[in-house]
Amino acid sequence: MSIKIDPEKCIGCGNCIPACPFGLIEIDRGLAWIKEGCTFCGACVDACGYYAIEIGEIPAPTPTGDSHRGVWVFAEQRQGNLKNAAYELLAKGRELAETLQTELSAVCLGHNIKDVSQLIAYGADKVYLVDSPELADNQEDLCAGQLVALIREHQPEIMLAGATALGRSLIPRVAARLHTGLTADCTGLEIDTEKRLLLQTRPTFGGNIMATIICPAHRPQMATVRPRVFKKNRPQNRQGQIIKADFKREAVTAKTRLLSFVEDLTETVKLEDADIIVAGGRGLGKAENFKLLEELASVLGAAVGSSRPPVDEGWLPYSHQVGQTGKTVCPKLYIACGISGAIQHLAGMQTSDVIVAINEDPNAPIFEIATYGIVGDLFQVVPMLIENLK
Amino acid sequence: MNVVVCLKQVPGTTEVKIDPQTNTLIRQGIKNIINPFDTYALEEGVRLKEKHSGRVTVITMGPPQAEEALREAISLGADEAVLLSDHAFAGADTWATAYTLSLAVRKLGADIIICGRQTLDGDTGQVGPELAEMLKLPFIAYVSQIEEIAEGHIRVRRMIEEGHEVMETTLPAVITVVKEINVPRLPSLRGIARSKSAPIPVWDAATLGAAKDKIGLAGSCTRVIKVFFPKRVSRGEKLEGDLKSQVEKLINKLKEANLI
Repeated sequence: MSIKIDPEKCIGCGNCIPACPFGLIEIDRGLAWIKEGCTFCGACVDACGYYAIEIGEIPAPTPTGDSHRGVWVFAEQRQGNLKNAAYELLAKGRELAETLQTELSAVCLGHNIKDVSQLIAYGADKVYLVDSPELADNQEDLCAGQLVALIREHQPEIMLAGATALGRSLIPRVAARLHTGLTADCTGLEIDTEKRLLLQTRPTFGGNIMATIICPAHRPQMATVRPRVFKKNRPQNRQGQIIKADFKREAVTAKTRLLSFVEDLTETVKLEDADIIVAGGRGLGKAENFKLLEELASVLGAAVGSSRPPVDEGWLPYSHQVGQTGKTVCPKLYIACGISGAIQHLAGMQTSDVIVAINEDPNAPIFEIATYGIVGDLFQVVPMLIENLK
Repeated sequence: MNVVVCLKQVPGTTEVKIDPQTNTLIRQGIKNIINPFDTYALEEGVRLKEKHSGRVTVITMGPPQAEEALREAISLGADEAVLLSDHAFAGADTWATAYTLSLAVRKLGADIIICGRQTLDGDTGQVGPELAEMLKLPFIAYVSQIEEIAEGHIRVRRMIEEGHEVMETTLPAVITVVKEINVPRLPSLRGIARSKSAPIPVWDAATLGAAKDKIGLAGSCTRVIKVFFPKRVSRGEKLEGDLKSQVEKLINKLKEANLI
């Protein structure tokens, strides 16, 4: 038996404390915690008005005779080019496969995809490639069908995918159809070698609480990982196999069609791929002031990012937004100008190698995570920076 | 046009502050709210109804107090609301939640099912696509504009990393929407009056005919085994001196680190 508090539901009200006949519950940092010695009597479950306490059996892990073997990575492509997320997942996948002493495979769906052999150089032992003109646009009904069919045929124990727009939309459908668990936005993946389980750790509540999640009895164990959370390895001269799999036309024909695509041209340097990001927040004051950041960015060869308020105000398109509901970035250098550092923003950039914060408010939370902080008016500091760098 | 909007009641976490001394959540006095992303779903549903007639039904799965969120949704223009509540639903992960919602949607019938892109608390964005799959309906995520909706088909604009796509699919369908799609209205006086008296049926597992092993904790494929506070290492160094020398120091440090 196990007992757990759901941090999303618990409000730390303490109603459960007097209910426990053994006095094992305490409130710490806004959440109820249950100490050792619980008998799973259920008194607290009934006392909780928020359904935040759950007692349940952890299902036995699948028996060791279980035939699911292998770690799979969904290698996402767009317009024939593999995304960086694929290589990042291969680095982590390699580690997991070695711990499990099993193979690492990449699954690649599309048409005329370039550099598929690179997936082997970056760590894959096998690449399952489905090439069809119908898959060129990542048509999700068809992609889901291909993935489900391949997984059913080869029975991997783990499947990882990028938490990209495509991954977040497509992969839950695959998990639903396979009736297996899926953990979103993992930042940590480890193996419990004894039970052969994937330990999936993810932030919740905008990064304030971490939860480790398992999928004990269903296979594959599926997880999405935000781009840039793991770092890709250097490509190596490795041997591997590219297996061309048939395009499986499902009984149900695809109902969804892509009619057109309009690229966001305001983004000259892609945020996710940038080594340096100059980001602005509410402190910029108005849309025109982003010109100043663009100037600094062009001197540094950087991309321009934003916290949520400028996007909400319409100063910049959504594609520039960094944070919980925007992009996760991990550049070598992140320069935050006029960003206070709300937890939702920090969730998207706090793993950057070096963070510089420029803000008038010395108590802004951004300074807590900044490597270097300048307390001052960004409209003075940024021009000085530009001049110095020129 | 019969619309079903799925919503969730969440703690208003935008109000969550961190205690700088203890680095912990200050959660006292936090009110429960409708998940902000779901308010755009509701607004879009109400707009569709106003344009094409029909009705908007909101559903939520949650504890009895989630009824407040449904009443608020009625004040914002929903015609009907159903609360899916049962102790057996507790502990549901996204799979079990989507399954439970799918039973309710089947029972209600709908031309379009609209969800928010993700919740503020769990933040997975998985329930929408999983729901679509369980209903065996087409699905489009991140919709920022409904360009056309007519008998049997819908054309939308949706946001992805690189820009936006125009997509078309058949109805009924499930979509998730982003905040760019509309500006939600404020409650109307008539809506508020109606929200107070509207009957809100509660459907439990038996009403839905739910399989016991597919709902709540029992139906969940995943288990949370550990919850902990992340270590936040403060690495900050505030530069000293006047602004000019601070800027110079910064540039030197960045140059030393080969960053620029």
